Amino acid sequence: MENKEAYWQENLRLIFICLAIWFAVSFGLGLLLVEPLNAIRLGGYKLGFWFAQQGSIYSFLGLIFWYGAKMNKLDQKYHSEG
Amino acid sequence: MDELKLYTYIAVFGTFALYFGIAWWARAGSTSDFYVAGGGITPFQNGMAIGADWMSAASFISMAGLIAFLGYGGSVFLMGWTGGYVLLAMLLAPYMRKHGKFTVPEFISDRYYSKTARIVAVICLIIASVTYVIGQMKGVGVAFSRFLEVDYDLGLVIGMVVVWVYAVLGGMKGITYTQIAQYVVMIFAYTIPAVFISLQLTGNPIPQLGLGSTLADGSGVYLLDKLDMVVTDLGFKEYTTGNLGGTLNMFAYTMSLMIGTAGLPHVIMRFFTVPSVQAARQSAGYALICIALLYTVAPAVGAMARFNLMNTIEPAAGENLVYDERPQWFKDWEKTGLLKFEDKNGDGKVQYTANAETNEMVKVDRDIMVLANPAIANLPNWVIALVAAGGLAAALSTAAGLLLAISSSVSHDLMKGVFVPDMSEKNELLAGRVTMTIAILFAGYLGMNPPGFAAGTVALAFGLAASSIFPALMMGIFSKKMSGKAAIAGMISGIGVTMLYVFQHKGIMFIPGTSFLGDMGPNWFFGISPNAFGSVGALVNFGVAFAVLKATGPAPAHIQDIVDNMRIPTGAGAAHDH
Repeated sequence: MENKEAYWQENLRLIFICLAIWFAVSFGLGLLLVEPLNAIRLGGYKLGFWFAQQGSIYSFLGLIFWYGAKMNKLDQKYHSEG
Repeated sequence: MDELKLYTYIAVFGTFALYFGIAWWARAGSTSDFYVAGGGITPFQNGMAIGADWMSAASFISMAGLIAFLGYGGSVFLMGWTGGYVLLAMLLAPYMRKHGKFTVPEFISDRYYSKTARIVAVICLIIASVTYVIGQMKGVGVAFSRFLEVDYDLGLVIGMVVVWVYAVLGGMKGITYTQIAQYVVMIFAYTIPAVFISLQLTGNPIPQLGLGSTLADGSGVYLLDKLDMVVTDLGFKEYTTGNLGGTLNMFAYTMSLMIGTAGLPHVIMRFFTVPSVQAARQSAGYALICIALLYTVAPAVGAMARFNLMNTIEPAAGENLVYDERPQWFKDWEKTGLLKFEDKNGDGKVQYTANAETNEMVKVDRDIMVLANPAIANLPNWVIALVAAGGLAAALSTAAGLLLAISSSVSHDLMKGVFVPDMSEKNELLAGRVTMTIAILFAGYLGMNPPGFAAGTVALAFGLAASSIFPALMMGIFSKKMSGKAAIAGMISGIGVTMLYVFQHKGIMFIPGTSFLGDMGPNWFFGISPNAFGSVGALVNFGVAFAVLKATGPAPAHIQDIVDNMRIPTGAGAAHDH
């Protein structure tokens, strides 16, 4: 029983971290902070514009795979006996 | 027959033959095959199928065109239609897969221990999916009529027959394997022209990098800087900063598309086809890779299409295109009425500006950008034919997924679940096929008589899913105490508020002239456009649900045990019936 609760708490913590980053790269860097970021350049891209049209999508991908890998470890730690 | 037409026939009918072959090979023998493809799809296969299911005619044909004209404002679609997968992977898919049922309303009915909840979920699902499917049918008709030069209605009928054959025969199993093929067709059709165009303009074959590169004309100027300069000179909004109705509207719009993505039943259903909870998480990742391939290319396609268009009309400042010397693609699209020129100052040249009085390009339909792009860039005919097959694959694959979601909610949730619980498996399979047929006829009818608002429908479908289904699912997993009464109240008020807002600005059932507040910015709630209102609807849904929960008390203990069980990843059997 305790195990189950601990597993869920760790999962929630991971989700919280991931969603904080999810929010930061899209709504934060791509939208709310776009103007100051646009002063910085990434080649021909203004940085804020890049986050809105490219960077946020790459970050989403990284997040899903990172979360998946972390959860697989967590699954093994708590439920390896099946 | 000219070369282009020949190639187009080969590409279109060749891919159709492929879809039919797959459908015959993967035909469904049981309800499990029909609803969840037998549950044995691998995460990678499922990722591709989700990609095709998800990327509709709107993604393939319309999105880059929207970005071309909105510039930075178009980012709402890029972030909104990809960010939802993060929510799916973390908040919904693994737990719903663990629970292991066939449909979304079935999950809601178990979790909220109520047939009423199931019926409400079916209604929300049908409203969102039908809104969505109209756009797809229209896409099928338009693509056929343009590329095969048949009548729009005939094109639509051909599309209906094709979907009918493989969706009714194969159910989820047939749809899954055809969607994999359609994904491959679609992604080649989208990226090949983009690679060519990027290479032409910037010398870099990777469009994502080409967009941030300097022009290949030796000037050393960045493409985006040049584009900004060209459009602002003509009075348009600067490409890389032009906003879409203010920051708050963009925020609400993006959020609405994200949670709508996570709440669309035809996408969620696809996660029931994999064998385990881990595979469900992985599928979301593979799906987003497949989707990101197109979505990170789209901004390059949009910007480069805009650049080429501007450059064709005004190759150098003040040296405008002489109308009589216009290129062939210009003439072709004029014939369709989607591109219109009016020589207002009578100088025989084309002036394209942001000023409505002097602008002579009186109509430039956004939807033509992707389809006309290869011709504008002088690419070979086989590339143009490939784009035609890709556009059709995008529209057909999404239509099939939506039709399955609609028909399964009727045959499995309404008939088997509520009204005829003792139906045999064989009869349920038959009922599934019959409802699918009816759904196709209905969708085709709406495609032929679009309710006059077809352009905006896809975005609205997201708002409706965002405000009704997503909150109910999320609360069901993350709040053990959430009760049936509270969830039902939440769903009804969420979708109700959203529909009311859309109707008051767009007309009741979209009938022109019945909008009692008018479709104008100043009357919008904090400047949030109707398309973006789903996120407000979702907030209302959450708020009402928790208020009702407080007033009426939590869910019974055995339901809380179901939630506990959902949260443990082990022991997920194949998706089953009861």
